[in-house]
Amino acid sequence: MYKIVKRQALNHKVTLLEVRAPLVAAKAQAGQFLILRVDERGERIPLTICGTNPDNGTITIIFQIVGASTELLNHVPEGASIHDVVGPLGNPTVLEGKKVCVIGGGVGTAISLPVAQLGKRLGLTVHSIVGYQNKDLVILEQDFVSCSDKLVIMTDDGSYGKKGLVTTALQELIDAGEVYDEVVAIGPLVMMKAVVAVTKPHNIRTTVSLNSLMLDGTGMCGCCRVNIGGQVKFTCVDGPDFNGFDVDFDEAASRSRQYFDWERAAHERVINSFKEKA
Amino acid sequence: MAKGSETKVPMPTQDPLVRVTNFSEVATGYGEAEARTEAERCLSCKKKPCVDNCPVGIDIPAFIAEINKGDYEAAYKEILKYGSLPAVCGRVCPQESQCEATCLRGRKGKAEAVAIGRLERFAADWNLAKAAKGNGSKAPAVSLTGPKVAVIGSGPAGLSCAGVLADKGFAVTVFEALHIPGGVLVYGIPEFRLPKAIVRQEIAALRDKGVDIQTNVVVGKTVTVDELFERDGYKAAFIGSGAGLPIFMNIPGEALNGVYSANEFLTRVNLMKAYEGDASTPIFKGKRFSVVGGGNVAMDAARCAKRLGAEVYIVYRRSAKELPARAEEVEHAHEEGIIFKFLCSPTEILGYRNPDNPRDPKNGWVRAVTCVEMELGEPDASGRRRPIPKKDGEFTIETDSVIMALGTSPNPLIASTTAGLKTQKWGGLIADEYGLTSRDNVWAGGDAVTGAATVILAMGAGKKAGLAIAEALSGAKK
Ligand SMILES: Cc1cc2nc3c(=O)[nH]c(=O)nc-3n(C[C@H](O)[C@H](O)[C@H](O)COP(=O)(O)OP(=O)(O)OC[C@H]3O[C@@H](n4cnc5c(N)ncnc54)[C@H](O)[C@@H]3O)c2cc1C
Ligand code: FES
Repeated sequence: MYKIVKRQALNHKVTLLEVRAPLVAAKAQAGQFLILRVDERGERIPLTICGTNPDNGTITIIFQIVGASTELLNHVPEGASIHDVVGPLGNPTVLEGKKVCVIGGGVGTAISLPVAQLGKRLGLTVHSIVGYQNKDLVILEQDFVSCSDKLVIMTDDGSYGKKGLVTTALQELIDAGEVYDEVVAIGPLVMMKAVVAVTKPHNIRTTVSLNSLMLDGTGMCGCCRVNIGGQVKFTCVDGPDFNGFDVDFDEAASRSRQYFDWERAAHERVINSFKEKA
Repeated sequence: MAKGSETKVPMPTQDPLVRVTNFSEVATGYGEAEARTEAERCLSCKKKPCVDNCPVGIDIPAFIAEINKGDYEAAYKEILKYGSLPAVCGRVCPQESQCEATCLRGRKGKAEAVAIGRLERFAADWNLAKAAKGNGSKAPAVSLTGPKVAVIGSGPAGLSCAGVLADKGFAVTVFEALHIPGGVLVYGIPEFRLPKAIVRQEIAALRDKGVDIQTNVVVGKTVTVDELFERDGYKAAFIGSGAGLPIFMNIPGEALNGVYSANEFLTRVNLMKAYEGDASTPIFKGKRFSVVGGGNVAMDAARCAKRLGAEVYIVYRRSAKELPARAEEVEHAHEEGIIFKFLCSPTEILGYRNPDNPRDPKNGWVRAVTCVEMELGEPDASGRRRPIPKKDGEFTIETDSVIMALGTSPNPLIASTTAGLKTQKWGGLIADEYGLTSRDNVWAGGDAVTGAATVILAMGAGKKAGLAIAEALSGAKK
């Protein structure tokens, strides 16, 4: 059992948890993920590790409530435990060059934050672009301020930061003469695809982090397979970071929607069961 | 004159029409009377050809003689001298190509071999049932204070290696990547063929012996083999990590929704219990599944799909004669209405795409599979006749899900993170007869060494390596 030592709602849809998992905490690096099961009948869900505290043996995860399992996870109180945590899985992020632009969208900013922090630790010049739907959903602003040489906040409706998409900001920075050795984009598939559309004409090395559906997370099932430059790769062991130029985003999007209807129904069931209890 | 009937005492089974609607065990097992009648059929011959053909050399006539006498505990103990997990092996071993293939009773004229597997299962189940009541033959409790040994993987190889070492007093820790121990026995082989309660009972028995089983530890990620030795003080390690890497065909359309590797499909169904009404893990319940392959894995996937309510095809590139699955599984699959398409092989999986509606939810899902008819040519390296595609032999099967059960290979995770651990080109760990690898104090066995094989071979390899480890470590202590 893995105890939740801290729980904090970052906004009404996104929650931060600090969980005791000493073996994972001792090893995890930026870009890696874990798989957890909330309870003994739980589904195995992958979540990126956003931070570690090896001395306390804890790791931090930040998740958005998108379905039944995250809904259940969000209901586990501080001090209680979750059933299973395994990790760290996947390969750590590798940053190249001297100047990077780290882009996060929505809850993806929770995953882009450790990458920006890694850049800072490595002594690189770090520009961060973060995008949210609106002001209420902005998270981790101070954390980004501390690790970024430049921070651009975008909102879809202009209620905070600048109005527009993260790609608008990226295009503007490039047009203004910023030269990046690498762009790292983490967020919804459509966002990562759009970032690649901006960087490819300039041939800027672009890394994207995929969040495919997963089961075991060790290369055993092939559920997480993606098409990378015409080759089949498994996100859990070959990724989650891939060269954005090689990713077949449309195929990845289609595969990620596989259980959409099922998941929606399961989420409703869970919400209703909580309502009944209340 | 040989005693008893010319045929085996039939195995009581659930009616096919009923069992395709549930996941309960298909074969319900002999009772005492049936077991003793069957045991009487053994000729107790001097040559014991059955024993020669048992991968672990169980003295089969000896345990059958005990059943014949009615001493089931003695029968069980006799089996445990050579093997472990008899309740599992009795159910899943390919007896027809091992012990029962050379049984003298079966070779004499037209009589059937003695039902050795069914008797093994009977003896094991009788003792497990007794143990559950608290008075079975149980290993005496030992305190494990000997040198520390790490066992990686909790499939049959790891479990039997841990058992041997615990019996000798070594402090054994089993590390398992998944959240439940048991390996293929829990994630692959379905409940209706091997009830998980049996696996749980075997694992509980190991824990009673003092074995520490740690789930959620991926060796190579959570901890490396080097760290086990240098940081954690282990004196030896056994790698029983299996052959879990799925193989795809590399044909167009394999990325479509509704295409599963058998590993994924079976893991969803068995480990995650996706067939239960309120399961937390989703599974696609198609109308028609097409399972590609002809081994145990293909049969299991097909029969699980059937129980999810689908019509099921097995697409196999050779003929019925070459099917590598256990005979009983093929028979059960036939009874359950699985449709076999022999001598054909998929060339492409076709997807659905609505040109008028990009948001049609069926877009991106399988709609059919194109196959080519095959004919059998000369025997290949495996001794089976090689299938050759027929000219103009293409046809399509309408289907909404395809399961690839083409085999698996060892996962490179441990080899790639352990310096000095040598592998074959195809990924199998290189080990000697006792399981010793190219790395000092590291042994390996089971599917991780042989590639996908059988429970009994994995169990035997684990046991052999366990004994070798015990010997090496007690030598070192002196
Ligand atoms: C669907 C199916 C049906 C089968 N039916 C039969 C049958 O009827 N009869 C028969 O004899 N055989 C059958 N087999 C084959 C048989 O199950 C295997 O040969 C046997 O289980 C191999 O045992 P093992 O201990 O070597 O590996 P496995 O049972 O594969 O166990 C390996 C374990 O190691 C774990 N592991 C892997 N990597 C790591 C790591 N890095 N760190 C920690 N843990 C790790 C895995 O999660 C797994 O639990 C079947 C196989 C399948 C898939
Ligand atoms: S999640 Fe199973 S192989 Fe990647």
